[in-house]
Order: sequence, then C-alpha cells, then structure tokens
Amino acid sequence: MKKLLTAFLGASLLFGAVAANATPEQDRQQLLEYYKHKFPNLKFDDYVHGALNFNPDALSQYFSIMEFPPYDSQFDKGRKMWETPFKNGKKYADCFPDGGKNLAGHYPYFDEKLSKVVTYEMAINSCRKANGEDEFEYKDMKTMGLLTAYSRSLSDGMKMSIKVNGPKATEAYEKGKAFFYQRRGQLNFACATCHVQQVGNIIRTEYLSPALGHAAHWPEFRAGEKVTTLQTRYSQCIKNVRAKPFNQGSEEYNDLEYFHSYISNGLPMQTPVFRK
Amino acid sequence: MRKSPQLMLAAGLIGLVLTTSSFAEEKAKPAEPNGQDLAFNNKKGNCLACHLMPGVPAAVTSATIGPPLVAMKARFPDKAKLRDQVWDATKINSASAMPPFGKHHILTDKEIDLIVDFVYGL
Ligand code: HEC
Ligand code: HEC
Repeated sequence: MKKLLTAFLGASLLFGAVAANATPEQDRQQLLEYYKHKFPNLKFDDYVHGALNFNPDALSQYFSIMEFPPYDSQFDKGRKMWETPFKNGKKYADCFPDGGKNLAGHYPYFDEKLSKVVTYEMAINSCRKANGEDEFEYKDMKTMGLLTAYSRSLSDGMKMSIKVNGPKATEAYEKGKAFFYQRRGQLNFACATCHVQQVGNIIRTEYLSPALGHAAHWPEFRAGEKVTTLQTRYSQCIKNVRAKPFNQGSEEYNDLEYFHSYISNGLPMQTPVFRK
Repeated sequence: MRKSPQLMLAAGLIGLVLTTSSFAEEKAKPAEPNGQDLAFNNKKGNCLACHLMPGVPAAVTSATIGPPLVAMKARFPDKAKLRDQVWDATKINSASAMPPFGKHHILTDKEIDLIVDFVYGL
C-alpha cells in the first residue's frame, strides 16, 4: 500500500492531473479538465478519434477509409464466428441480455463473487465454457480478436458506463491507475508520460493521443487488416519502452483496463476502427 | 533514362580504384559510429524522436516533445551540464519525458561522450 501511495504522489507531482485520494469520478473530471484546457476546441465525442484529432488531413483520410473499410472481409469472419452455433446448438447471443447488443460499454466490471475485474473477453470465454467449448487465448487475434471485432460492434454508439462501487472494486481501479502513472522500462516512461503529459505533441512523426477515448474503440484494425485488441496494444506500447509486457488477460492488464475504461465513461463507443 | 557516358566512366573509375587499393579492405569493416550516427540511430540515442535539429539538414523529424537542439554552446556554457541532461534528465526535472540514457545504461559512457560532442557543436 505504501508503494502505491508513493506512486500516486509521484504521479500527482508529475502531471498535476490526479490526486492520491480522489474518487474515480474526481479522477475522470480532473483528466477531462486537463485535456479541455489543452485542447479547448476538441469536442467530447471526438476523443474516440484519438491522435487523428490533431491532424485534420489524417482525420479526413480516416473518414474516407471508413466508408469502404479495408478490413471488411476480416470483420465478416468475426460475424460468422458469432453467428455459428456451438456444438450444443446454442449461440453466443444466448449468453447475453438482448443478444449481446449495447453490452460492451459495461465492461470491464468488478465481480464481487469472483473478487476480480471481468473483461468483455473473459465473458466471451465464460460463455464458451458454459456451452462446452474450449476457451480462446486472449492474445489470439484470429479467434478472440476477430470475434470481438464483430461482437463489440453490436454496442456501437453505446455510452461507456463503467462502475466502480465498494472497497474491492476501488482497490482494483487504484491498482490500474497506479500502473498507468508508474514509470517503467529501460526508457523510463509511464503511460501517462505519452498519453497525458505529452498529448498532442509529435514523437518523431506521430501525434500522441489522449488516454481519454482510448478504451472506446476496440478492437481496431491496424495497417488495413491487422486486428488488434486493447490489451495487445498495451503490450505494443510497453515493448516500445523496453519493458517486459504482461500476459493478456493478466490481472495487471485487467486492472489497467478497468481504470483506462472508466476515464472514457460517457463516450459513445465505436468498433471496429481503422488505424495506421 | 539514358545514362551519361561521363557518369558511367566515373563510376567505372571509382570501381577500379576501390577494388584495386587496400583502401577497399578498410572500408569493408563497418566504421565506428560517430556522434551523429549514435544520436540519429533509433536503437541508440534516438534524439530525433523528440528533438528537431534545425542546423542539421540530414535530421528528418517533426518532433515537438523536447526543445530544438540548436545554439547549444550559448545555452550550455558549461558542457558538463549538457552531459548531465543526457545522463539523467530526471535529476534536473523529475517529470522529464527524456530517457535517462546513462543512468539506465541505454548508452555507454563513450557513446554519451560522442553524442554530447556532436550536440555541443549544434
Ligand atoms: C513512448 C511513448 C508511449 C508510451 C510510454 C505509451 N504509449 Fe501508447 N501510444 C504511443 C504512440 C506513439 C501511439 C500511436 C499514436 C497514438 O494513437 O497515440 C500509441 C497508441 C496507444 C493506443 C491506441 C490509440 C488509438 O486510438 O489507436 C493505446 C490504447 C495506448 N497507446 C495505450 C497505452 C498504455 C496503456 C500505455 C502504458 C502501458 C502506453 N500507451 C504507453 C506511445 C506511447
Ligand atoms: C522521448 C523524448 C526525448 C528523447 C528521446 C530525447 N530527449 Fe532530450 N529532452 C526531452 C525533453 C522533454 C526535454 C525538456 C527538458 C526536460 O524535461 O528534461 C529535453 C531536453 C534536452 C536538452 C536540454 C535542452 C535545453 O535547451 O534545455 C538537451 C541538451 C537534450 N534534451 C538532448 C538530448 C539528446 C542528445 C538526446 C539523444 C541522445 C535526447 N535529448 C533525447 C525529451 C527527449
């Protein structure tokens, strides 16, 4: 606990945007104020476009790409997976209220009985298990990636609505927050160095996106057809700072995703999207 | 496109010189990287990820994270302070986004000296 506290104190010194004893809602408001102050003309709903917001040419290219997405055939594979019945005749849609529509924005949530954060991908695996199927590997983009690229699109337009209630949920949230503000790797970066402190700046040729909005558009297709989940992206950024990535589906990543998703509360979701 | 005969002749002569002199053997060994090479290499200093170098035409970057590296002698009358910045920027500014190249062994002492010499000339 003392270690966590020092990390928070360090973080508030670093960025002035978070405080050690703030509630999740205070954190979110403070971050929102911070970004608003930096980018007064950026509309709330547009945060889902990430770094594209800082480059009008790239943003308009993005909109024209999205009219005829290069990943359509991959996306259809995901749809097929979602619609194909299990061996017992049931379907994914039977596992979820309203057939899985307007659902993804509630994930991750804290499950009191399991006493841990449950991600959307974990819910998919629970559904498979309950129907006698093998679970997917979280890092397998051909199964988990493509399936969720389709199934999360059933929640398009839903507002992110992550809840953090009670001491245990708060503890998981705080762990995720500490992870986000903790420097790591040989290059000594925190997520917040690039996605809070340096947001809007150019690292060599690329604008850095705000953390607000990050969690609202996954999976994405990179470079055309390469399906990428949020936790796969975590590993890519962590490798870039020459730190050791965690396993996808690990408690570390799930807690990070819990914090990271909470701060996007209220944003309309969009899945999938195209990125470079 | 039609190659000019002079150019082909020149190329032939250079080829001849290179293959016949012992100079060619020396060239075959990879040259030790100099300060600029180390500063530009994205596995070494990677300074261009964050800094413009307005005085160096070969420095291709749009970076805006750190200040442009220019007129360094005027800004760092004390060269040791420049080295300190490269060695561990967080000692000077605890919130720095610049990697601590010496402290975290991203670069060797010798590599840092070469880079500092190069940057000091900007
Ligand atoms: C050294 C800089 C750096 C660090 C540190 C870093 N990232 Fe990134 N990140 C980038 C760059 C560059 C991109 C691609 C451009 C963009 O979208 O910001 C990116 C993209 C992302 C994206 C995708 C955004 C999108 O809209 O496609 C997510 C999510 C993300 N980072 C999360 C994280 C998390 C979480 C951490 C910490 C574990 C982290 N990043 C650490 C540089 C960094
Ligand atoms: C990831 C970002 C990043 C990289 C890579 C980086 N720097 Fe920096 N640098 C900064 C930032 C940000 C500052 C502003 C001062 C601070 O916060 O430390 C800075 C400041 C400096 C300064 C002080 C300039 C002044 O006028 O005060 C020097 C000198 C410098 N950097 C040299 C280098 C050299 C040489 C390299 C490569 C070996 C390098 N930097 C790599 C981010 C970076």
